[in-house]
Amino acid sequence: MKKRFLKPTEDPLWLRLFLGAVAIAFIAILLLLPLALVFKEAFANGIGAFWIAIKEPDTLASVRLSLIAAGIAVPLNMVFGIAAAWCITKYDFPGKTFLVTLIDLPFSVSPVVAGLIYVLVFGAQGWFGRSLADNNIHILFAVPGIVLATIFVTFPFVARELIPLMADQGCDEEEAAATLGATGLQTFLRVTLPNIKWGLLYGVLLCNARALGEFGAVSVVSGHIRGVTNTMPLHVQLLYDNYDYPGAFTVAALLAMLALLTLALKSLLEWRYADELAAAHRH
Amino acid sequence: MKIMSAIGLKLFPLRSRHVLPGFRLSLGFTLFYLISLVLIPLLALVIRPMELGPSGFWAAISTPRVLASLRLSFGMALAAAVIDSFFGVIIAWVLVRYRFPGKGFLDAVIDLPFSLPTAVAGIALSTLYAPNGWIGSVLAEYGIRVAYTPYGVLVAMVFISLPFTVRTVQPVMAELGLEVEEAAATLGATRLQTLARVVLPMLWPAVLTGMAMAFARAAGEYGSIIFIAGNIPAVSEIAPLLIITKLEQYDYAGAAAIGVVMLAASFVMLLALNGLQSWAAKRR
Repeated sequence: MKKRFLKPTEDPLWLRLFLGAVAIAFIAILLLLPLALVFKEAFANGIGAFWIAIKEPDTLASVRLSLIAAGIAVPLNMVFGIAAAWCITKYDFPGKTFLVTLIDLPFSVSPVVAGLIYVLVFGAQGWFGRSLADNNIHILFAVPGIVLATIFVTFPFVARELIPLMADQGCDEEEAAATLGATGLQTFLRVTLPNIKWGLLYGVLLCNARALGEFGAVSVVSGHIRGVTNTMPLHVQLLYDNYDYPGAFTVAALLAMLALLTLALKSLLEWRYADELAAAHRH
Repeated sequence: MKIMSAIGLKLFPLRSRHVLPGFRLSLGFTLFYLISLVLIPLLALVIRPMELGPSGFWAAISTPRVLASLRLSFGMALAAAVIDSFFGVIIAWVLVRYRFPGKGFLDAVIDLPFSLPTAVAGIALSTLYAPNGWIGSVLAEYGIRVAYTPYGVLVAMVFISLPFTVRTVQPVMAELGLEVEEAAATLGATRLQTLARVVLPMLWPAVLTGMAMAFARAAGEYGSIIFIAGNIPAVSEIAPLLIITKLEQYDYAGAAAIGVVMLAASFVMLLALNGLQSWAAKRR
């Protein structure tokens, strides 16, 4: 039998088997086992019980609230992301690097601190607490507070996806369009947007997943009123703390399915449109 | 109109070099959005503890319970970052260099902690590691308790931070030139020597960057931890939870004081990350 020699850049078989086994075992135990447990617990009493648990009014209310919060926060952050990427990549101005750092700031702030800052501004003892109460405006323990906290934690997603992408693409095409007499809006809609659409979708996808799943920041500002200010993740906590494990895992499974769908779409985008996503994702 | 644009040109002289419209609109909206939603609320956090005065601030954060929670959050975050970096390098290596069926799936699954809501991860980990859970029951036979102890905090942090280490190292690994490894082999190095003395040193900046990001995320993490930690004051109570406890007692200033400490820590991490990145850029 002819011995196959290893290339000098190949690991010996024992090392490949060893490292491969370590990597797979670590991922299986740390990441896949919790996921499997969620679905096992959710469907422990069959699909019928799963549906009954979902149709519970408070659960449906939490789904609705999560969709409302994400439905406001994601489009706003999308517009912000496009505006920020436009001014940062198409023009030179002093303090640009600092601005990019500031945009990334919410990612390095603890979610609980993200909720806390809005309590300090709008809370009963906060900056505007008194005047808000006098005018009967509810921000904390109501939908606006939940939306604000969601905006904060998902703030950088679209911008940090678009900035490297649009920096790569430069301004040549836009300048050509302007030379040919296109208005700003025409240039954006017909030249820039087609160039960035997959990157934009990628950012929106990640932004949306985080918006629907955010727990810490929303938990601080929500007030935990069952069926009124509980988002899906908060409802999971409420059910779990009340020892309603099947109910908690049912809502958890719903969120997990959403996470898996996000991962699948994300992988699809990375695989199909690798060239049109930011440089960081090309591997 | 002419006067307006003249003022605009004076304020932003660089604008004249560009034919593209929308600079003032996009920058204006960006700054307005950033300042009103992020910077002003963060300012409220920094200003609030000032009403305590320096000694009051110190008193608020130096109680044994607060110190214990900060030590737990930052200490366990450091341990989790080191563990994740170790396994992250192995996982990235396996994903970049080896070929095997199911690799695409494994690669996609790494991002699960990014997209899985933390509350879901929290109840799943808590149930898994509880004394009667799938993993907890096995560990219990050896007398090891994870859930409702500080080790539960560690497990949740390792879970939540893994993608940072893998995703920072992976692209750097993919771009390593094979020539240096070939040269090392030609010069008589064994494969292990090549990996340890040639490949690993080139990865250090990426590993440290990933470690710093993992640390920052783990230190601030809340959702996935509170279910598994048991939240015993001064034992397994993390700093973010203590912030919420203080808020529920209407101790806004005390909560803000802990928040400021955590914010300061994340600023230091941001600076360290920027430093690391410029160091890495210089090495290239």
